[in-house]
Amino acid sequence: MIINLQGRKFSISLESSAAYFLAFLWVLPLIYALWAAFHPAEYATRFELFAPLTLDNFATAWEQAPFARYFLNTFLLVTSILLVQFVLCTLAAYSFARFEFPGKSIAFGLVLIQLMIMPEVLIVENYTTMSNLGLVDSILAIGLPYMASAFGIFLLRQTFKTIPHELEDAAKIEGCSLWQILWKVYVPLARPTYVAFGLVSISYHWNNFLWPLVITNSVTTRPLTVGLAIFGAPESGVDWSIITAGTLLAVAPLLVAFLLFQRQFVQSFMHAGIK
Amino acid sequence: MKHASTKHQLYGWLLLLPATLFLLAFTYYPTLATLAKSFFSQGTAIRPAAFVGLENYTFMLEDDVFWQVAWNNVIYALFTIPISIALALMMAIWVNSRLKFKSLARMSFFLPTMLPMIAVANIWLFFYTPEIGLIDQVASVFGIESHNWLGDPDTVLGCIIVITIWKEAGFFMIFYLAALQTLSPELEEAARLEGASRWYYFRRIMFPLLMPTTLFVLINAVINSFKLVDHLFILTKGGPDNASSLLLYYIYEVAFSFLDQAYASTLTVILLAVLAIIAIGQFVFLDKKVHYQ
Repeated sequence: MIINLQGRKFSISLESSAAYFLAFLWVLPLIYALWAAFHPAEYATRFELFAPLTLDNFATAWEQAPFARYFLNTFLLVTSILLVQFVLCTLAAYSFARFEFPGKSIAFGLVLIQLMIMPEVLIVENYTTMSNLGLVDSILAIGLPYMASAFGIFLLRQTFKTIPHELEDAAKIEGCSLWQILWKVYVPLARPTYVAFGLVSISYHWNNFLWPLVITNSVTTRPLTVGLAIFGAPESGVDWSIITAGTLLAVAPLLVAFLLFQRQFVQSFMHAGIK
Repeated sequence: MKHASTKHQLYGWLLLLPATLFLLAFTYYPTLATLAKSFFSQGTAIRPAAFVGLENYTFMLEDDVFWQVAWNNVIYALFTIPISIALALMMAIWVNSRLKFKSLARMSFFLPTMLPMIAVANIWLFFYTPEIGLIDQVASVFGIESHNWLGDPDTVLGCIIVITIWKEAGFFMIFYLAALQTLSPELEEAARLEGASRWYYFRRIMFPLLMPTTLFVLINAVINSFKLVDHLFILTKGGPDNASSLLLYYIYEVAFSFLDQAYASTLTVILLAVLAIIAIGQFVFLDKKVHYQ
C-alpha cells in the first residue's frame, strides 16, 4: 500500500513536470518575440543574459509602417461589427426564443447553417458581391459578412429561453411595449452572455486575416493583421528584431487586456462553449 | 397562449428580418451562386461566361495541384485533429487538478488563442529558420545537422501542422475544462477508494462522461482544418512546389492570383461539400437535444 502511494506520488510529480514543460513550450514563441524585440538586432539569434535592452526596434517599426492607421482601422472594424451583431442577434434571438410562427424551426435550421459555412469559405463570391455593391476596399465590406452571426443568435436564444415568462408578463401588465420588454428585461438579464459573445467576437475579428486581405488594398482600410503581413513579408527586407517589435505592437492591446482580465476571458470562452 | 395571434406571428418574422437579410446576402446567395458559377466558363471582356456543364469539374479531376492540395489537407486534418484534441484534454485535466501554479499554466495554454495566426507565423518563422533558428540552435547542441525545415517538401507540412496544434489545443482545452468542472469530485474519490487506478478512472468514467464535449470539439477541429490557412501566407505561400498548400489557400490563389473565378468556384463547391458532409455527420451523431432544444 505504501509502495503504491509512493508510486502514485512519483507519477504525479512526473506529470506536473510534463505539464510545466508543455506550458513552457506554449509560451516560448512569445518569450522569444519579447527577447528579439527588446534587444538590438545582433542579439536576435544570440542569447546572452546581459545583452543590452533597447526600445529602438519599436520606434523603427512604428515609423516604417502606418501602425497608427492600422490600429484605427481595426478598432473601427471590431466595434462596428460588434454593435451590429448585438442588434441583429438580439432581435433574431428574441424571435426564436419567445415567438411562435410558421416556418420557425426551418428558419432556425437555416440560421445554423452559417455555423458550418462561414464567410471564410465564401471569399470568392462575396468578393464579387462587394464589387457589385461598390464596397471593395472599405471597412464596411470587411464587416458585412460577419454581422448576422449564427453563433451569436444561438447563444442569445439559449439565454433568453432561460428567462422566466413571468417577468415578461409582469412587464406587459405594467404596460411595457415589446421594445421596452426586450430592452429592460431580456437584455439586462443576458448581460453575461453579451460579455462572453463580445469578447469572443472582438478577439476573432481583431485576429481575422483572410477575408480582410482579400477585400482591402489600401492603408486607409487595412486592419492590423493585413498590415502586419505586408510589413513582415520577407520581400520587405525588414530585419527580425523590427518585425517582432511590430508583431508585438499589433497584438499588444488584446494581449494586455487578456493578461489583465484573464479569468473573465477564459470564463467567457467557456460560457460561449457550453451553451 | 395556445393560439398565436397573427400580430404575434408577424412580430416574430419582423424581428428575424434584419438578420435574415444579411444571411441571405452573404451566406445563402453566395453559396448558391458559387454552385451555379462552377458550371460556367470564366468570362473575359470579349467572351462572356458560357455554360460549360461539368467541364470545370473534369478540369479539376485532371489538375495535379488539386489532388496534391486535397491530399495535403487530408494529412493536415488527420494530424491536427486528434493531436490537438488529445493535448487539449490533457491540458484541461492538469489545469483542473491540484497542480501548483495552475492558473499560470492555464494562461500559457490559452495564450495562442488570443494571438492572430499571422503574428504567430512571424515568430515561428524564426524557429524554423535554418542554422540561426531556434530549432537548429537547439539541435546543434545535440550534434544534429541544420535543416531547411520550410524549404524541404518532406518537412514543410509537418511544420505547418505543429503550429496549428499549438494554436488550437489551448482553445479546445477551455471546452474540456468547462465540462470537467461539472463532473462531481466524489466520482474520482469513489473510484480511488475502490482501488481504481487513475488511468482506469479516466478510461472508464471520465472519458465517456466527456463524450459530448469531445464531439463538439471534434466538429470545430474538423472545420478548422479546412479553414485555418493564415499562417501559410507568411511561412510558405503553399510552397515549395505546393507541398504545404491547403484547399482554401489554393482557392485564394486561383481566385485572386490566377484570376480564375470559375475554377475557384468549382474548388469552393468541393469545400462546401466537405462541410455539408460534416454537418450531416453532426446531425446524425450528436444528440439532437443538445443543440436544438
